[in-house]
Amino acid sequence: MMENLVWGYIYPNEAEIQWSILIVLYPYITGLVAGAFIASSLYHVFGNKDIKPVARFALLTAFAFLCVAMLPLLAHLGNPQRALSIMFTPHLSSAMSGFGYIFSFYFIVVVLEIWLAFRVDIVNAALNSRGWKELLYSALALFSYDISEKALEADEKLGRKLAIIGIPSAAFLHGYVGFIFGGIKANPWWSSSLMPIIFLMSAIVSGIALLILLYLVVMRIKKHPINHKTLYSLAHYLWVFLIVAVVLEMLEIISIKYEALEEIEIIEHLLAEKIAFTFYGIQLTMGALIPFILLLLVGVIKNRDKLKVAMVAISSMFILIGVFAMRWNVVIGGQEISKSLAGTMTYVPVFFHHEGVLPAIIILIIPFIILRVVTYILPPWKDMMEENEEVAVSSE
Amino acid sequence: MNLSRRDFTKIGSKIVIGAASGPVIIDALVKKARALEISPLRDYDWNEHFWGYVVDTTKCIGCGRCANACKLENEVPFDEPVYRTWVERYRVLKEGEAVIDSPNGSIDGFTDDIPEDEINKAFYVPKICNHCENPPCVQVCPVGATYTTNDGVVLVDYEYCIGCRYCIQACPYGARYYNNEKGTADKCTWCYHRITRGLLPACVKACPVGARKFGDLKDTESEVNKILDRERINVHKPELGTKPKVYYIGLDRVVR
Repeated sequence: MMENLVWGYIYPNEAEIQWSILIVLYPYITGLVAGAFIASSLYHVFGNKDIKPVARFALLTAFAFLCVAMLPLLAHLGNPQRALSIMFTPHLSSAMSGFGYIFSFYFIVVVLEIWLAFRVDIVNAALNSRGWKELLYSALALFSYDISEKALEADEKLGRKLAIIGIPSAAFLHGYVGFIFGGIKANPWWSSSLMPIIFLMSAIVSGIALLILLYLVVMRIKKHPINHKTLYSLAHYLWVFLIVAVVLEMLEIISIKYEALEEIEIIEHLLAEKIAFTFYGIQLTMGALIPFILLLLVGVIKNRDKLKVAMVAISSMFILIGVFAMRWNVVIGGQEISKSLAGTMTYVPVFFHHEGVLPAIIILIIPFIILRVVTYILPPWKDMMEENEEVAVSSE
Repeated sequence: MNLSRRDFTKIGSKIVIGAASGPVIIDALVKKARALEISPLRDYDWNEHFWGYVVDTTKCIGCGRCANACKLENEVPFDEPVYRTWVERYRVLKEGEAVIDSPNGSIDGFTDDIPEDEINKAFYVPKICNHCENPPCVQVCPVGATYTTNDGVVLVDYEYCIGCRYCIQACPYGARYYNNEKGTADKCTWCYHRITRGLLPACVKACPVGARKFGDLKDTESEVNKILDRERINVHKPELGTKPKVYYIGLDRVVR
């Protein structure tokens, strides 16, 4: 069996692929976090009112995925009980050593921002409920019930400042994940100074796509008409960031091919034999070309909202799959070429294994459960619907 | 023979106690001996040495005794594809293509699977951790579990490694592997337990043709220093700036 998995010459120690599907999941999840957060700042920082209906929901989505961002890494470690060493004794020359701090800092920023965004709701819930609910919301309000105009103004100022800190930290959280790969000179498929920005752009794309899909699903569950202005605004950003992301990804490939260094042969083999389907097929055609055309049409076509909503939904779904394929092509693709540059290996995912497909699926499901619980405690539906009615009224 | 009940009990309990304590005592003695063997000599000063390694590819015959000796000496599992050292065979065919292989890291030797008349030239290249002066594996370790000793050896602290395998990704030479039993990264130590006691690494000791040389770069009279002074040498992937301390004589351009 081994013979079929190996092509050419690989170093004897390379027979085992070290970073599994879980390490594909890790940049995927942090990307969704960073993307959802940046989508929410389109309203919170840049004041785009069209995004307002989903701005707070986007924060909760970022939070839900942030909660599980650590899990794939922990499940992957050989000695997870020593994981905290990365916080207590970080080895600062390592790109990975900052992870604990950046993650924690970002976590605090997101939680604070959610708290500020929902403070009025929390205080009102605390004042208008009894029993355990009163206790829960009072605790969430930190037993401070001041929602006078002055206090709210102070809140808003602080919220803006936080969001402004939040954008670079979201960019840093994910750009840095790109650097973990981009800084590895041993691997020609990874080593690139473009890697952080490619990761960041595709993260924003995936985050917005996720937000769009969740918005459509929520509105369907709530049996409420969709706010088309919000949807098309999100679709517009999705289209812009998709173009930037794909241009950068192409630039990377074109430079590799044009410079044609020592590694060109093995990379061409990788693209042609190993990841042809996931790269050309899923990442570029399904995840970029088709959504690019569909979203372009959404921008061009007048009226026909039903069709346009369907096109946005399909684009978002394809983009989410395409970005996952992109993470796969980087993480797994990079490991399928031997550092001897003379051979390739094949990663065969297993299902029932602590680093297998099953835990990956579980880790991907948990955030949706968290999101359900968090939106139960802090319902963001009001903004999603109120605005809607206004629009509905004004358009009639 | 007449045995009183009292004597019987006495002898019996002696046997029982002896049988029970014997293995414990033997085990303790073995452990003590092993501890003595792996702990560095008390008078070893790591500031007085800086180790270097020379491979003469023109001498290697590809017998694989080095790779075998290494696994035995360092208890590297024989049934897993993990190696601290291995030998590669390069066969440049007449049509120009270079065929490279290292079946089971060369431990079982090589077989002739290409007719001689199709081969233009062939040679063996022993590989081992380069103990780089600028080691990328040490750079990327997030907790500092892998480090360079003062005498220039790159080691892994098995009690501290979290098993993230970033170092395995960062090594351009494929010299590192994952130790399934310990859940940590693992690699060649240049037999640190031997060299700090004045012995040679197992692979150097096992080589029947002297293709592997080991010595102190701080000692001007050492064999490795003399070779470095006299021969034209090269290292693997010098363009990566890792500054390997395994120096090669007769390194061909097809070597990866």
